[in-house]
Amino acid sequence: MAEKVIHLIITRQDSPDSAPYKEEFKIPYRPNMNVISALMEIQRNPVNATGQHTSPITWESNCLEEVCGACSMVINGKPRQACTALIDKLEQPIRLEPMRTFPVQRDLSIDRSRMFDALKRVKAWIPIDGTHDLGPGPRMPEVERQWAYELSKCMTCGVCLEACPNVNDKTAFIGPFAISQVRLFNQHPTGQMNKHERLEALMEEGGIQECGNSQNCVQACPKGIPLTTSIAHMNKETTKHAIKKFFFS
Amino acid sequence: MANSHQFLSRRLHSLLGLFPIGIYLIFHLLANHQATKGPEAFNQAVGLIESLPFLIVIEFVIIYIPLLFHAILGIYIAFQAKHNVGSFSYGRNQMFMWQRITGIITLIFIAWHVWETRIQFALGNKELNYQMMADILSNPAMVVFYTIGILSAVFHFSNGIWSFLVHWGITVGPRSQRLATYLTMGIFVVVSFIGLRAMAAFIQ
Repeated sequence: MAEKVIHLIITRQDSPDSAPYKEEFKIPYRPNMNVISALMEIQRNPVNATGQHTSPITWESNCLEEVCGACSMVINGKPRQACTALIDKLEQPIRLEPMRTFPVQRDLSIDRSRMFDALKRVKAWIPIDGTHDLGPGPRMPEVERQWAYELSKCMTCGVCLEACPNVNDKTAFIGPFAISQVRLFNQHPTGQMNKHERLEALMEEGGIQECGNSQNCVQACPKGIPLTTSIAHMNKETTKHAIKKFFFS
Repeated sequence: MANSHQFLSRRLHSLLGLFPIGIYLIFHLLANHQATKGPEAFNQAVGLIESLPFLIVIEFVIIYIPLLFHAILGIYIAFQAKHNVGSFSYGRNQMFMWQRITGIITLIFIAWHVWETRIQFALGNKELNYQMMADILSNPAMVVFYTIGILSAVFHFSNGIWSFLVHWGITVGPRSQRLATYLTMGIFVVVSFIGLRAMAAFIQ
């Protein structure tokens, strides 16, 4: 009986500007593999399905427990983390592609720095530095802490941007995750003190108004973050802010 | 305010779709529905509207200007999206795509419809009455075109109410948004029935 193999079809790209192409691989099956360990197998023995020697696949990964977001890629048509994509649960052939919403660096490795830029733009942090000791911050109600914790699970993996039909090269949309981060920091008792700055950043070009409510983000988010609830909530907050600013300042 | 003009224009787009354009659509279909009571009832309704003072000003303020703004920004929005219902076949993503498709169909339909009725009337080529519509709809191809046009407009309006509720932060959580989906699709069925029944009354 023939040995069990894993059939992979990988979309590759040699440099940021070169054309993508597909390469097939057939690697020996072991129980309990994930996509990362399959890619490591190719790294050990970089031979494609036709038996030719090839360059090993380039990809990114760190934590291997779905908390860092580095190994996001499109697996069988859906953006997700490669570390939690178990071979036994995937339909074969397994098709791996980079998340093309981002600039591809090489093979499955992408540049997600636009997400970092978006977080900087909406000031997704809490300023606590002063020239003297500011003392302890205000306390946070437990019920609020509970849902804020859910929002804080965002790992900037980029899956929501890949799933969103309005994040593409024709728009400047910063993406669902950044809107949810504004909600997180704006309800924090200390973060609240700068909430107008974050609201205004959301109302600039490529901000919250670019959301078209396809709601793919909330379906795709690997951490189950209620992104569409955050977006609707921030819709209300930005509208209130715009009205206040127009009439009262 | 300079850098938030996009925010303001998108909010205005959402608002105008409902007030006044959506309200006008309902009013228009209800007025047409008078035709089910016979040509005289329809002609009477038309006469009543024509007797309104400053009608041309009302038409521009309530219909033409908001509609043009909504349409022009709408074309821009519709062609910005990169549809992906192939990989993400979720219900709301389908609605997202259909909202854009029906928007474009509705725009083509309205442009033709206004040319054929209001503009022909303004040029003095035709009289605005029951017979005008009966003549148009004596062509079976036009019946198909009008059916598609009415259904597109009503879908775009109904699903637009759903988006409006999200854009203005009225339905925030998933439960209220789901309820809004059922309600707005109910509106789609009811208003489509009114619109199509009115159209049928012109087919002799």
